[in-house]
Amino acid sequence: MNVVVCVKQIPDPADPGALDPNTKTLKRDGKLILDESDSYGVEMALQLVDAAGSGEVTLVSMAPNGEVSGLRTALAMGAAKAVLVSDDALAGSDALGTSKVLAKAIARAGEADLILTATESSDGYTGTVPEQIAELLQLPSVTFAKEIAVDGSTLKVQRQTEAGYDEVECPLPAVVSVTAGVVEPRYPSFKGIMAAKSKPVDQVTIADLGIDAASVGWAGAGQEIVEIAQAEAREAGTIIEDDGEAFAQVVKFLDDLKVV
Amino acid sequence: MIEFREEHHQFRALIRDLVDNEINANADEWEAAGEFPAHQVFKAFGSVGALGIEYDPEYGGGGAEHTFTMIFGEEIGRSSSLGIAMALAVQSDMATPALHSFGSHELKDKYLTPAVAGDMVTAIGVSEPDAGSDVAALRTRAVRDGDEWIINGSKLWITNGLQADWVCLLVRTSDEGGYKGMSQIVVPTTSEGFSVSRKLDKLGMRASDTAELIFTDMRVPVSNTIGEVGRGFQQQMNQFQNERMIAAYQMVGAVETALERTAQYLKERNAFGSPLLANQAIQYELAEISAHLEVLRHHNWAAVAAFNAGADITRHATVAKLLSARLARRMADAAVQYHGGMGYVEDNWPARFFRDTRLWSIGGGADEVMLRTLARLDPIGA
Repeated sequence: MNVVVCVKQIPDPADPGALDPNTKTLKRDGKLILDESDSYGVEMALQLVDAAGSGEVTLVSMAPNGEVSGLRTALAMGAAKAVLVSDDALAGSDALGTSKVLAKAIARAGEADLILTATESSDGYTGTVPEQIAELLQLPSVTFAKEIAVDGSTLKVQRQTEAGYDEVECPLPAVVSVTAGVVEPRYPSFKGIMAAKSKPVDQVTIADLGIDAASVGWAGAGQEIVEIAQAEAREAGTIIEDDGEAFAQVVKFLDDLKVV
Repeated sequence: MIEFREEHHQFRALIRDLVDNEINANADEWEAAGEFPAHQVFKAFGSVGALGIEYDPEYGGGGAEHTFTMIFGEEIGRSSSLGIAMALAVQSDMATPALHSFGSHELKDKYLTPAVAGDMVTAIGVSEPDAGSDVAALRTRAVRDGDEWIINGSKLWITNGLQADWVCLLVRTSDEGGYKGMSQIVVPTTSEGFSVSRKLDKLGMRASDTAELIFTDMRVPVSNTIGEVGRGFQQQMNQFQNERMIAAYQMVGAVETALERTAQYLKERNAFGSPLLANQAIQYELAEISAHLEVLRHHNWAAVAAFNAGADITRHATVAKLLSARLARRMADAAVQYHGGMGYVEDNWPARFFRDTRLWSIGGGADEVMLRTLARLDPIGA
């Protein structure tokens, strides 16, 4: 079973992020790391390939400056190879532009039985890329998967909902977004890190993928960021000193919120 | 100068994650309990290959250069429980190097491989009540009886002593006295005659178990001897270089973290109408610590380069151990002082840091022993 996982390399959330006042986008010129939300998809893919007994996990990513740090982390976890799309023309790409690039990169990665993504990235949060990729590839789209099983050529997914989960079936191949926290991503081992150095990363440009520069990046973006502003500071909370009757105030507070 | 490559950064990120998830998440609870689950924590580190980074892959090691050991040390030094960091360092760099360097294949297969995997917990048994830094004064004795050693004596201040599966024990195996006639023996803690007489109640490093061990007519196979009979002291002196360097590497991470946390606190803490960090007297002390930290870090890099080149690093290790311990104490004092009452209560990290760092001027060779060694190495000794 061959699984492709879309992974995003993002600025380290441990360091304070910064927005470029000119482009109004996140500065991404420093070292990037694997988006933690993608580590669940990588883990799930590795488990599915292990369970199938054959096949491999291929990563697909789009990042500036040929950045591979996050890819190396996922390769160290056990993925076999990667396709990286890096091109100055991709700066300013919106969600659809990103999806167009990833869809082409997935096709370049070889025949895939399954394509996994996170539900959304931890720096952009659009949450629309997985469905757009599915549409561009003309594949079934299943979102918010908490459990995935493969039965022959059928995919069985438990799809997380507010009330519990739905059981969804569709034919393979398909594009599935995976919720965070449903599997425990493995640590990359020391040997995995050393092995990852020699795993192939196929770095390509949009020309290699046959993408028209006018359809991606700033040129092709259908979205426009018109303004960025500092988020309002949260108001201070209310401190209730417990004199033995604090519970009544807590109940009233919850009642006012209409949650009890 | 060390060239840090992508794999070094990846390895650093891995150890930082492990420290956060496997140690820091539980450190307060384990500190309060006065012990931590060594088998659980060591397994987490062993399963990613962090406990035998430089060792032969035949025994589960990574076969890597010493640079990775330095990174490992720096990152476990950032742990919020330096006691657990020390326990890990005992496993990786204090109890096992001699076995790796001098042990027989059978001995390494049986004891090193599970230690590297984190399936066995190890301890180093050198110090005795009357032989701490003065190793040549030790009295624990092994007498040969056929294919077995019969061992009698005791060891004190043994890290991991309550949980260890085996101890790398330094004992006298002849009557030559002084530095001569000592041997290193792998002693399984299941051996008849082995006992833990007490758990020691320490000032700091409280999550780490420290014990006094007693050996009463304890029988261990002679084949458990590491290397050559009678060469134990020399082998242990080699092993001490690893111990001293891993301590110095940890102090870089520990001081760096404490400096960051202290500066952050002082930015947020206001007194007399401005943040405490605006006070020049405070800035200057932190700047001095930062300068010393940079010098220490570069000294460690020089030690790593020398080690990787196969040079004798005795002087590097001695200087690093001495100065890193003193820098950590200076940082700990500053952290407590500048946190004021907040730093003196156990609710906040500086109190633990102050207690924990005090050990490093004592354990692994006291400051005075480092100075004595330096005076002999340099043309300033008697």
